[in-house]
Amino acid sequence: MSATRAAVTIQGVDKVFRTRKGGEVHALSDVSLEVAAGEFVSLIGPSGCGKSTLMRLVADLDPATGGEITVFGKTVEQARKDQDYGIAFQQAGLLPWRTVRANIELPLEIHGVDARARKERSDELLALIGLEDFADHHPDQLSGGMKQRVAIARSMAERPRLLLMDEPFGALDEMTREHMQNELVALCQETGAAVIFVTHSIPEAVFLSDRVVVMSPRPGRITDIIDLSFSSRDEDLREDAAFYKGVTAVRSALHGGADASPGPRGVENR
Amino acid sequence: MRGSTTARTMLAPVALGVVAIALWQLLVVAFEVKPFLVPSPSGIAGAFTESFSHIVDAAKVTGLNALIGLVVGGLTGILVAIFANALRVLSQMLAPLVAALAVIPIVALAPVFYAMFGAAAHTGRQIIAAIAVFVPMYLNTLNGLRQVEPVHRDLMRSYAATAEQANRLLLLPGAVPYVLNGLKIGSSLAVISALIAEYFGGPANGLGKAITSAAAGSNYTGAWAYVLGAVLLGALFYGVTAGIEAWALRRRGGS
Repeated sequence: MSATRAAVTIQGVDKVFRTRKGGEVHALSDVSLEVAAGEFVSLIGPSGCGKSTLMRLVADLDPATGGEITVFGKTVEQARKDQDYGIAFQQAGLLPWRTVRANIELPLEIHGVDARARKERSDELLALIGLEDFADHHPDQLSGGMKQRVAIARSMAERPRLLLMDEPFGALDEMTREHMQNELVALCQETGAAVIFVTHSIPEAVFLSDRVVVMSPRPGRITDIIDLSFSSRDEDLREDAAFYKGVTAVRSALHGGADASPGPRGVENR
Repeated sequence: MRGSTTARTMLAPVALGVVAIALWQLLVVAFEVKPFLVPSPSGIAGAFTESFSHIVDAAKVTGLNALIGLVVGGLTGILVAIFANALRVLSQMLAPLVAALAVIPIVALAPVFYAMFGAAAHTGRQIIAAIAVFVPMYLNTLNGLRQVEPVHRDLMRSYAATAEQANRLLLLPGAVPYVLNGLKIGSSLAVISALIAEYFGGPANGLGKAITSAAAGSNYTGAWAYVLGAVLLGALFYGVTAGIEAWALRRRGGS
């Protein structure tokens, strides 16, 4: 990666949730990670390992209990206020009363971009996600994959240098999912944005990422970071030996060294 | 397909109504029921057509009171709900007051208002209708404003949206179905309240007053004709608000 400056630095971050009964849940414990500009990093791990929590801390949706996070050298709050990142969740979260176009334009509208510039940008993004013909449709007229594409276009509306994605393809079927992964790879190559991508699919993480961060629960922490340096990411990679090697590496990291899983390789583990 | 379904859903209640009226007519004629007990449907229909223009004039007076009450009470309900949603303390403070408003028969305050604003003014009736409408509008709107999905809340925070933007772009549009449902409930309450308030005094040109004075003058069939006018007025209010609701929900493309 040609990173001169880090997109995100996370240093010794802790997150403790207080439950209503007065108990404490240690969601993250002493997590440190650096994401370079333009780098694609996946967070993977079983439920409760804090991968979504970590992403929410970077997005300043929840406050960290301890440690320090900077986004492009700023505090997370400043980065959020400066709109330094775009975000997409497992649910598309489109506003049902707005058309596809109006949904994509929502962040631009909030930040006072004038109508002509908004239309220009939404035209570009609609072409990018291949939904030009659906600009005036409402979300309930779209399939799950189409909604998710709209959500991703919306997250890119302001050309952020950082994308935060919390299992954006988690609710999609396998075929749509692979298609969306290919599209995301293309989009990222075009925009050069850094990505923090939360998933619990091993092949998804391996296919998309420069690095896969493996996490484990109770308390949530990083147990391993696996470097993947594929020369290119296209359909052929899914059948490539290097890809399977990556899958095996992540799988064994997830299982704490020994590959104890009885399932076939490459099948998502959840 | 859609048309035939609509026709079928319309047909059943209409058929029931026709049968009921026919049965009513039959019983009144067969047992020679006196008009002061129950007049026949044909008698009421006769009185209705005979004094039609007077009924329309009276309905206009009552209807205007109800409409003013609906608009004022409705807007107040929405506005107060927005503030109550933003300020948790306010909604907690208002909860017992709204509960009280919901159970107290507001029309009972009519004599007090006539004393306050003078017997020649409609103001008291409009206030009563507004208070009656306020309750369902406030409760429905507040409920609607609270139906925000966590993912949308997160999005607004990630956009660093102001409270005003979140209200305008997310909360209020999301609450529209609830607001419109409140309006539909409120519309009937507005007519009922404006009508009943007339029973307790004030200007004598509305439907409610017409019903009481016809009954007081032993013109029972005439009283029933005015009641029919009141039923139609209520149905008009309900029909229009229900129509607005259906139109708005279709237009926003479902959810």
